[in-house]
Amino acid sequence: MQENENCKNIKASRRDFFKQSSLLAAIALTPSAVINAAQQEWDEKVASAIEEVSVQLDVNGIKHSLSIEPRVTLLDLLREQLHLTGTKKGCDHGQCGACTVHVNGNRINSCMTLAVMQEGKKITTIEGLAKGDKLHPMQEAFIKHDGFQCGYCTPGQIMSAVACIREGHADTEAEIREYMSGNICRCGAYPNIVDAIMEVKKGGKKV
Amino acid sequence: MWENLFSEGKPGALDRVDGKQKVTGAAKYAAEYNLGNLSHAVLVESTIAKGRIKNIDTKQAERAPGVIGIIHHGNAPKVPGYDTGDNPAKPPTGGEPFRIFQNARVYFAGQPIAVVVADTYERALYAATLVKTEYDKDEHETDVEENKDKANRPKGPRFEDYVRGEANAYKTAPVKVEQEYILPIEVHNPMELHATTVVWEAEDKVKVYDKTQGVKATQKSIMDAFKLKEQNVQVIADFVGGGFGSALRTWPHVIAVILAAKKVNRPVKLVLTRPQMFTMVGYRPYTRQRMGVGATMDGKLVGITHEAISETSTYEEFTEGTVNMSKFMYACPNVNTNYKIVALDKSTPTWMRGPGEATGAWALECAIDELAYALSIDPVQFRIKNYAEMDQQRKLPWSSNFLKECYEKGAEAIGWNKRNPKVRSMREGDWLVGYGMATGTFGAGRGRATAKATLLADGTLLLQSAVSDSGPGTATAMVGIASETLGLSPSKITFDLGDSSLPPGPTQGGSTTTSTLGSAVYDICIALQQKLLEVAAAKEGSFLKDAKFEELSFKDGAISRKTDSAKKISYTEVLKQSNLPQIELTKDSQGGDERSKYSMYSFSVHFVQVHVHSLTGVVRVKKAVTVADAGKIVNKKTAGSQMIGGVVGGIGMALMEEGIFDHRFGRYVNNNLADYHVPVHADVPHVEVLFVDKKDPYTNPMGTKGLGEIAIIGFAPAVANAVYHATGKRIRELPITPDKLI
Ligand code: FES
Ligand code: FES
Repeated sequence: MQENENCKNIKASRRDFFKQSSLLAAIALTPSAVINAAQQEWDEKVASAIEEVSVQLDVNGIKHSLSIEPRVTLLDLLREQLHLTGTKKGCDHGQCGACTVHVNGNRINSCMTLAVMQEGKKITTIEGLAKGDKLHPMQEAFIKHDGFQCGYCTPGQIMSAVACIREGHADTEAEIREYMSGNICRCGAYPNIVDAIMEVKKGGKKV
Repeated sequence: MWENLFSEGKPGALDRVDGKQKVTGAAKYAAEYNLGNLSHAVLVESTIAKGRIKNIDTKQAERAPGVIGIIHHGNAPKVPGYDTGDNPAKPPTGGEPFRIFQNARVYFAGQPIAVVVADTYERALYAATLVKTEYDKDEHETDVEENKDKANRPKGPRFEDYVRGEANAYKTAPVKVEQEYILPIEVHNPMELHATTVVWEAEDKVKVYDKTQGVKATQKSIMDAFKLKEQNVQVIADFVGGGFGSALRTWPHVIAVILAAKKVNRPVKLVLTRPQMFTMVGYRPYTRQRMGVGATMDGKLVGITHEAISETSTYEEFTEGTVNMSKFMYACPNVNTNYKIVALDKSTPTWMRGPGEATGAWALECAIDELAYALSIDPVQFRIKNYAEMDQQRKLPWSSNFLKECYEKGAEAIGWNKRNPKVRSMREGDWLVGYGMATGTFGAGRGRATAKATLLADGTLLLQSAVSDSGPGTATAMVGIASETLGLSPSKITFDLGDSSLPPGPTQGGSTTTSTLGSAVYDICIALQQKLLEVAAAKEGSFLKDAKFEELSFKDGAISRKTDSAKKISYTEVLKQSNLPQIELTKDSQGGDERSKYSMYSFSVHFVQVHVHSLTGVVRVKKAVTVADAGKIVNKKTAGSQMIGGVVGGIGMALMEEGIFDHRFGRYVNNNLADYHVPVHADVPHVEVLFVDKKDPYTNPMGTKGLGEIAIIGFAPAVANAVYHATGKRIRELPITPDKLI
């Protein structure tokens, strides 16, 4: 990410903390060499140089050129750096589907991929599904059939549901249930979600 | 007046008012506020179950890039509320709360022992792995079964042994069943991970975005812990991604983030990991229950004995009403109950959907079913035969009880009478088919709430109260109630919640929100009508001069006489002609003494059809019919979803959910969503929800009773009873996994 005023402040306050803790703590926990390094901002410079790589991503039609640590997952990049918090974290381990997004049109768990692996790809999140104020038919159907309660799994369910139809896995209720089983809803909205997907599928609109 | 509330069709099935935000990703949960200068916290956990921290070495972690601060018992600022003996995050029933970072003691495996704050999440996560801890380890105990002899009766009259008539009278009955039923640990696991974001806005002023089912309760806990004034603590929970009880308390990690933010002098965000959701935010405790039930040959209950042993932590006493349902539910002259808990080296359990009753109903409703089969009486008929005309424990009339209608409706819908009642008699290919049913109940409470209403000159209404919504659709229900009461289109009404600075609302728990808050909304709408009349009538030449409130109709945003609907004045006109920009009212609302005159309960009856694979023992719930006597239903759509949600939770409870400990280490072995199984799409059939939908004359002005708990209470025993009908095998230890059937 770009060095800006904000980042400088962040670093300044970090150094302040160590200065303070070294002065205030009865036993100095922080060796003086580290405090010196911190005051000179060497650690930050070295860390940034070593740790960050550049990546280009297209998210919901907007191109982003970013400098990020390779260990940042796509999910955390979306939520923490791009502030696209519609994509949810429910487990961070590929076990719940809350983080489902589309990459080049295919659904994936965004917690299971590093952002740098998606170089040049087109990513669609829940924020990119509606056309302006016009909701996507799947979003409409979720509201109509009350396919949620708390709404936390909902973006993942909707992204998965759209992909499920596109993949051709939404012909029967049983098939929908099978192919939607990677998306957990602890509020238990499953039957309503299935109804919503069935309706969109039957409606025949391109999703 | 409220006879007309919730007319069929209308707001009765209003779409969720916050639906659009939820389907577009615009809804903001506790970890999703883009605050400047935000830093990220990661907790370090104890790796032993009991002992003391000998040494905690943070040198290497502090040197890691981006680290801003590391806080642990050796350097944590004091929490002032801890020092004065005021318990922040007060334990529900007894004991001392776990005082985070205040001493070296380890009470359970996975206990937060340090928090690492860094400028990014990744850096905090990495640095947390560099914290090195040495312990003085003590022997731990985490197994209820190994320690049940040490169980004690909790203090207080609620937990006294209960005897009505003669104790253990079931033994004298001609037909009796004596069995034990085990319920494992279950973990709430709402999809949203518990998260807290803290900003100190001044030395003595803090703003906390938190996953909480009660913004006011969390505000109070924080005020107590940090000795802050009410106006200086703001708790925000605009959206809560499920809770099921896990967000009913202000857990120690919340205090830790507030401490951390103070210490590093920056906003800090903490998001628990899924494994931490197993140890830091409670669970439904493991419970062993012993049931003795006996009846006469013609099926009248003679005696019920219900004993339970459950667990708590060593530092807090957690209790729940596990044996309560047995005391009042059935007409039975002799009942005795006994409830004990054993303190173990685990974190404290907490209320989980249908607390106490869901556990108790699992034992009682299985035992009743076993007795019905032993008597060769239809399980539905057996329950009807022993229907209690009044609350058997308190000897009070029910405020309303439509259980018989529930039995009838449910049996009809599932085709109960078309089944072959003989055990192991029905088959579809390789699958054995079985039908089962069970009953659930939960108290229909009403608490206290304050609502504020602002009617604006443009005819829109803003309602406000400091309540959280963890999913059931509180704002939608409130808009429905206001719309019907005030006679105003739902599209003109907004309900604001999720902010502790609003007028005090209730905590969302125990199936009480609609009753408590709905009553406040109802009351304020009536007050608003009275005010409108007063303002309108005061105007020179008003046709409402001398009009009596009772003679008027408030409909479609206008006032008229009931006898002459042609002549009317709109609310906007009332404001306009008196040059009022708005009418603003705030009102406190609570019930009267009806609670001492009537016994108030919601009831549910669940019917299921299961298929059990004859070779593999796999159980599938094929059909589910759930019938609720929850008084008047405010919104059939959201209420229906809540019932379905309970059924799904019940499927989990019956067939898959089990928190498994390795007692050698006192740790979970399945603390994630791959190993702790919850129902997924493929596990859940179409669910038919039926409502009696008759108002209760005494609970509250709307005639509603609670819904959230009864949706799950009784579902697991219904499945177990169906499995018995299908296979002839009684499984008395949940969950009913294939290994228990083959
Ligand atoms: S957060 Fe990615 S699958 Fe759960
Ligand atoms: S709507 Fe709450 S988890 Fe699905």
